[in-house]
Amino acid sequence: MKKDFPLIFERSQEGRKSYSLPPLDVPETNLEEELDEKYVRKQPARLPEVSELELMRHYTGLSNRNFGVDTGFYPLGSCTMKYNPKINEDVAKLPGFMNIHPYQDEATIQGALKVMYDLQEALAEITGMHETSLQPAAGAHGEWTALMMIKAYHEHNGEHHRTKVLIPDSAHGTNPASAAVAGFETVTIRSNERGLVDIEDLKRHVDENVAALMLTNPNTLGLFEAEIVEIAKIVHDAGGKLYYDGANLNAIMGYVRPGDMGFDAVHLNLHKTFTGPHGGGGPGSGPIAVSEELAPFLPKPTVNKKDGIYYFDYNRPLSIGRVKPYYGNFGINLRAYTYIRSMGPDGLKKVSEYAVLNANYMMRKLEKYYELPYKQHCMHEFVLSGKKQKELGVRTLDIAKRLLDYGYHPPTIYFPLIVEEALMIEPTETESKETLDQFIDAMINIAKEAEENPDVVLEAPHNTIVKRMDETTAARKPILSYQWDEA
Amino acid sequence: MGLRYLPMTDRDKREMLEAIGVESTEALFSEIPDSVRFKGDFNLPPAKSEYELKKELTELAEKNLNLQQATSFLGAGVYEHFIPSVVNHVISRSEFYTAYTPYQPEISQGELQAIFEFQTMICELTGMDIANSSLYDGGTALGEAINLSYGHTKRKKILVSEALHPEYRQVMEVYGKGFALEFVVIPHKDGKTDLEALKALIDEDTASVVVQYPNFFGQIEPLDEINDIIKQVPKTLFIVSSNPLALAYLTPPGEFGADVVVGDTQVFGIPAQLGGPHCGYIATTKKFMRKIPGRLVGQTTDEEGRRGFVLTLQAREQHIRRDKATSNICSNQALFALASSVAMTALGKHGAREQAYLNMQKARYLKGELEKNGFAIPFGGPFFNEFVVDVKKPVKDVNKALLKYDIIGGFDLSKFYPDLPTHMLVAVTEVRTKEEMDRFVAALKEVI
Repeated sequence: MKKDFPLIFERSQEGRKSYSLPPLDVPETNLEEELDEKYVRKQPARLPEVSELELMRHYTGLSNRNFGVDTGFYPLGSCTMKYNPKINEDVAKLPGFMNIHPYQDEATIQGALKVMYDLQEALAEITGMHETSLQPAAGAHGEWTALMMIKAYHEHNGEHHRTKVLIPDSAHGTNPASAAVAGFETVTIRSNERGLVDIEDLKRHVDENVAALMLTNPNTLGLFEAEIVEIAKIVHDAGGKLYYDGANLNAIMGYVRPGDMGFDAVHLNLHKTFTGPHGGGGPGSGPIAVSEELAPFLPKPTVNKKDGIYYFDYNRPLSIGRVKPYYGNFGINLRAYTYIRSMGPDGLKKVSEYAVLNANYMMRKLEKYYELPYKQHCMHEFVLSGKKQKELGVRTLDIAKRLLDYGYHPPTIYFPLIVEEALMIEPTETESKETLDQFIDAMINIAKEAEENPDVVLEAPHNTIVKRMDETTAARKPILSYQWDEA
Repeated sequence: MGLRYLPMTDRDKREMLEAIGVESTEALFSEIPDSVRFKGDFNLPPAKSEYELKKELTELAEKNLNLQQATSFLGAGVYEHFIPSVVNHVISRSEFYTAYTPYQPEISQGELQAIFEFQTMICELTGMDIANSSLYDGGTALGEAINLSYGHTKRKKILVSEALHPEYRQVMEVYGKGFALEFVVIPHKDGKTDLEALKALIDEDTASVVVQYPNFFGQIEPLDEINDIIKQVPKTLFIVSSNPLALAYLTPPGEFGADVVVGDTQVFGIPAQLGGPHCGYIATTKKFMRKIPGRLVGQTTDEEGRRGFVLTLQAREQHIRRDKATSNICSNQALFALASSVAMTALGKHGAREQAYLNMQKARYLKGELEKNGFAIPFGGPFFNEFVVDVKKPVKDVNKALLKYDIIGGFDLSKFYPDLPTHMLVAVTEVRTKEEMDRFVAALKEVI
């Protein structure tokens, strides 16, 4: 096995250090006397021993082996990899926001509480809902929180039999997973030939046992569910609630609001639409906004205001309780708030306008080279199929790997499940036309390579620091931490 | 204004519309039914320039009393520790913070390796076989742990120590509602889990027993004795929530027989930031390798035999299992797992232990000074860096008075424990000095 880049443990040398702790300025007591010997650790944890420069070289080296939005174009469908504004990072690192304790007296954190209150209000306005909770830590967490509220709502009304959650077959896997973890059974609703919810199939499954329908609009194909008004009526007439997965909110800001479409609960991914960075997988933030009817069930506390003083409101007797210690991912919420204030109402509408324009432009340029299963205008993202290339022996995975050679992060692949060999492309509004054109050219080149020289695609990537990984062995014989004895 | 993030020019727009074959962008939104179209403007403040906004938000931040402007004795799950400068420099590298989840290993080796190293450090500290790439925080990590115990045993009763962080307990209770889990509290006795009560409560319907080490009152629970009681019941899992800094000095829960260890790595390199984002961890024995929630990074090789790292065992995860999943988690706290890794690397083998030792020494000094000055310390067992003091007056009032001395007093236990009406939970970390502690004792005496 070649080791191109050492693990931090392999850099470690006994006796090196990069720490400088405050001094012991109090008389020392004998801990060994006080503590039973059994509590005192015998072998120290084998944390690495390196100097400060070696530490910086290690992590700088790792950063050089990583690709972010600041590195290059990242058209990863459903993930909204837009630019992360730098003012957000600066604001989040202000001492008055960064170094405050969750149990400080409310009088000493009025500035932070104002940010939370104003963000709650702004998110309710943007989604057309009644009230917001900033507590959920990420999208899936918000999803599950809203479902727990819907459950509590039905139970409060004595309707314990509402145990079914309807989910379209195009939905992201978290939707059925969140519903299952919230204790619901899930029922899949088919999509029709236009890629939209099949109304007849929906009608067949709606009955008095339905708790909710979970919907992303635009859906994961990037298509707007044009029959949303009828869908809402069908579900509401049966006594169910409508849940909006806010993963795709970037498409509709200022054009249509979930609340006005008839949705009762929404989660938002602040790390997507509202530019909290993705951080290599997190932290996110997944606030929920709900209708007046569901509001009493929100997690507590929320932030409220009385006579100009902000406070945590625990007086919510029907609340489902607490879904996170303290008050949510404040640091990420603060970034989202800064973004909303940077954009203003007109700016947010332009975000959606340009996100949609960019996606449609790319889709029309690429449909001549790749199969486009759904022909109507898309919203902020679109899904191509690699079917034509598959017939030539080139799979979507190969196309994705070849894009790495061209310097791009590939689109989302093999999702949604209802499109064969799917490639899901979301350019976002922050990319320039030149970037889009260059990516389009790369995609066209790869389509040609698939015809003329498939090996160059099949053997991709050629230029990356590592080649394709042996994922099968990784899963069959898992090595999940450093193996000291093999060193 | 924020329009600096939008590169679209009038010319771009014209050319793109022409390529699409529509007159205006309006046509692209024509699928939205007119009856629900949003026709007004958002009722939001107008955009501000970068300069104005930074000024406004800086002023707002200054309305908060930050921990550098006062001397704080607050802990209760969130601690003020020294954060080495290297941490912020590393996590500010935008190759890390602007990246997505490392699904394309060829261009994500940096993140994947950093997480693999994090997993290793958590295993080392907890004494467990496997750790995942992180969870949202310590509280939700416990929620995941009890659902894991339900999935493993198909039993619904969870025994929870009263000396567990009360907000963690509240979070767990909501997590358990989905599977209709039943929670039974094991009372505390003298600040520690009452072992006689545990013996009486545990039975073959018990999915898991949850304790904290050191516990919410700072006391060091006898994990060996607790484990002996639990292991008399087949299959019941022993879940321990642990401050990982304490584990640099204390015997890790893994050595006492814990099945699952969870907690928060906020103590390593993560600022308090009003309680989030922090970074949860979960570590288990090998047995749960295919059941542990969240993302896992594994080592493998590429086609040419080079060592590399990938996300692995994804068949456990929600995007594959869909409605068969027992956890819906996708996002983790990767950036803060990185922050903690950098902080743990900076401390190293000896520094981590030294830091834990400093915490224990300084906390003992303050406890001793309070006792000398007549304050009652109700729980006398061995402790880490927190202890309870009875100030004989409502803590809320005492803390208000202490603020005038630029002191942020300890946590008001009456908020969760009616039997501790005038009791303050005091935390002392390595950043508190003797002079600050003396000042605290003096102020406390004046106030009371």
